[in-house]
Amino acid sequence: MSHTNTERVLRPSKGLISLNLGELWRFRELLGLLAWRDILIRYKQTYLGIAWAVLQPVLTMVVFSVIFGRLAKFESWGAPYAILTLAALLPWQFFGNALSESSNSLVASARIISKVYFPRLIIPISAVLSGVLDALIATAILLVLMPFYGVAFRPQLLLLPLFFLAAFLPAFAGGVWLSALNVKYRDVRYIVPFIVRIGMYVTPVGFLWQTLLPEKWRLLFHLNPLVGAIDGFRWCVLGEKFAPWWPGFWMSIGVTFAVLITGLIYFRQTEKTFADLV
Amino acid sequence: MSDPIIKISGVGKRFTLGESAGHDTLRDHLAAGLRSLIGRKKVVHPVSEHWALRDVSFDVNEGEVVGIIGHNGAGKSTLLKILSQISEPTEGEIRVRGRIASLLEVGTGFHPELSGRENIYLNGAILGMTHAEIRAKFDEIVAFSEVEKFLETPVKRYSSGMYVRLAFAVAAHLDPEILVVDEVLAVGDAAFQAKCLEKMGDAARHGGRTILFVSHNMQALRALCSRAVLLQQGRVAKIGDTASVLNRYLADATDQQTSRSWSGDDSPGNHQVRLRSVHVADEHGSASGVFSTSQRIFVDIEFECFEILSTLTVGFDLKTSEGDVLFRSYQTDQRPADHPPLKLGTQKWRCEIPAGLFNFGTYLVCPRAHLQGHYLIFEGPTAARFDTVLDHGVSPFWHKLKNRSERAGLISPILRWTQLHG
Repeated sequence: MSHTNTERVLRPSKGLISLNLGELWRFRELLGLLAWRDILIRYKQTYLGIAWAVLQPVLTMVVFSVIFGRLAKFESWGAPYAILTLAALLPWQFFGNALSESSNSLVASARIISKVYFPRLIIPISAVLSGVLDALIATAILLVLMPFYGVAFRPQLLLLPLFFLAAFLPAFAGGVWLSALNVKYRDVRYIVPFIVRIGMYVTPVGFLWQTLLPEKWRLLFHLNPLVGAIDGFRWCVLGEKFAPWWPGFWMSIGVTFAVLITGLIYFRQTEKTFADLV
Repeated sequence: MSDPIIKISGVGKRFTLGESAGHDTLRDHLAAGLRSLIGRKKVVHPVSEHWALRDVSFDVNEGEVVGIIGHNGAGKSTLLKILSQISEPTEGEIRVRGRIASLLEVGTGFHPELSGRENIYLNGAILGMTHAEIRAKFDEIVAFSEVEKFLETPVKRYSSGMYVRLAFAVAAHLDPEILVVDEVLAVGDAAFQAKCLEKMGDAARHGGRTILFVSHNMQALRALCSRAVLLQQGRVAKIGDTASVLNRYLADATDQQTSRSWSGDDSPGNHQVRLRSVHVADEHGSASGVFSTSQRIFVDIEFECFEILSTLTVGFDLKTSEGDVLFRSYQTDQRPADHPPLKLGTQKWRCEIPAGLFNFGTYLVCPRAHLQGHYLIFEGPTAARFDTVLDHGVSPFWHKLKNRSERAGLISPILRWTQLHG
């Protein structure tokens, strides 16, 4: 073991605290292990195990295509309704699950927090990361179903990871805010399921907003960061006709970063009191 | 290298109790508005500050094993938490050279659904070991834990002994420059505790490891620590060689007293159970503080229960004046049918210590309560201290012992002797 002779000073912190990325990097192994633990635990003692990662998006896709595609007969611009919804469900379900898991993560890790030191940011990050496996599985399903529905692969598919990031970052940003707030105000526990449930209706998961939304509401609608991610996914999967409305897309990204940066500041400011409060 | 490895200067930690005036946020306004709407008056608690630690300063040199003792609430755990970087000091500073690993609990982060193997990796990482370190020491950890056969079994199927051994095994293989250990040796069986103590002692003597060690286990403190710090109400009351600090601690513990009571929220306990009083008397109801060993002794524990907890265990440690535990007793030691019924509110349970057990000496009663298998609710402020006079002898050979002289041994039961034929 290397003898670290660097002196550390523990004293009351004042003013703005830096993000301390170096410290996060030092604990990257723990971050990985915690995400791995969350994945293992999620599917241990379930009868179907990881099959749930397949069933969840597929069943929702079926229900949505029947309700919105067959019964409500929403416009799909000629795309198979199943693929149209699945391409949107992928970022949305990742976001919803990651937000729920991460906002609860600090409180759920209360014991560890009050017994061991490590950068607390690791906890919400690992909670969001643990959802990535499910998202990869859902992506595989999408890729398998595309030829089945006669949707050709396009080069834009290679951009999927970028748009995935557009769903990852809002989940992370929201998770940072809500997990830190949850330590002090347990109201968050009730707010998050509400956000996720209501969010489903103001996010174009089961429909094409382009065909339903009056022009004047367009900008406001894009304040929802998931709209950008979903449009991106549909563009990659279904082609040019589904391209995002770029001004709105960039606004989605802007909103995401605003939430993320303020969230990180709030998190770092309150982090030092977590162990005393949780 | 004459600089101290840890330098603690003027450290204090303040907690604010009750409603704080500092939270003047929009949300509070909202909440206040709502409350007045539904006509519920907000109970205004006076803001009170509590300094869990104040003006604590001392140095620890490299390779030293320093014991930290003090009653519950004296600030030991708060100090360890600040040292471990878990919580921030309100004032003062601590300078640390080297990597600190803190062991404030055994099995931190253990997950019941995960196997022994998975938990070794997880727990190791949480305690600050790198993946490579854990892999290198994996076999050693497994051997130390004695649970080889159950490595692939989820730890929720482990017996509590196996669980503790595995958790300890990981912790025992931590290799930091500074190890901060809280009262973790209180769990596990005696043989395994001894093994861990030995391992810790080795690390200090041969590995040059610096250890800060909180314990109520006087034997362990005496065996391991060269120096000790006595904390009282958040302040350093005495620093010095272990023997003299321990003597001071025990002397302060209590003078002769056979009962002690607490009121309000300062009493040991939590939101579920609070200790109210402990009373020790003999079968005549005398509580003079000097008991004859020919009499039964009753320990009455009064506590307030706010929640019916099916796994609540209430009891006490009976300690010698040296602080060693002579025995421990809980109401749940008996058959379930004989457990005294638990009800909400204040109640009193009586434990009967049979006559003819104690030797001549001074004994301490330290009440404790657990949620079995979960956590400690309160433990160990010395609630009573009494002397015994040895006079339960039934044989002329014991006459000499009657005049208060001591018979060898911690206890002096009269056992049955017979002749074997054949």
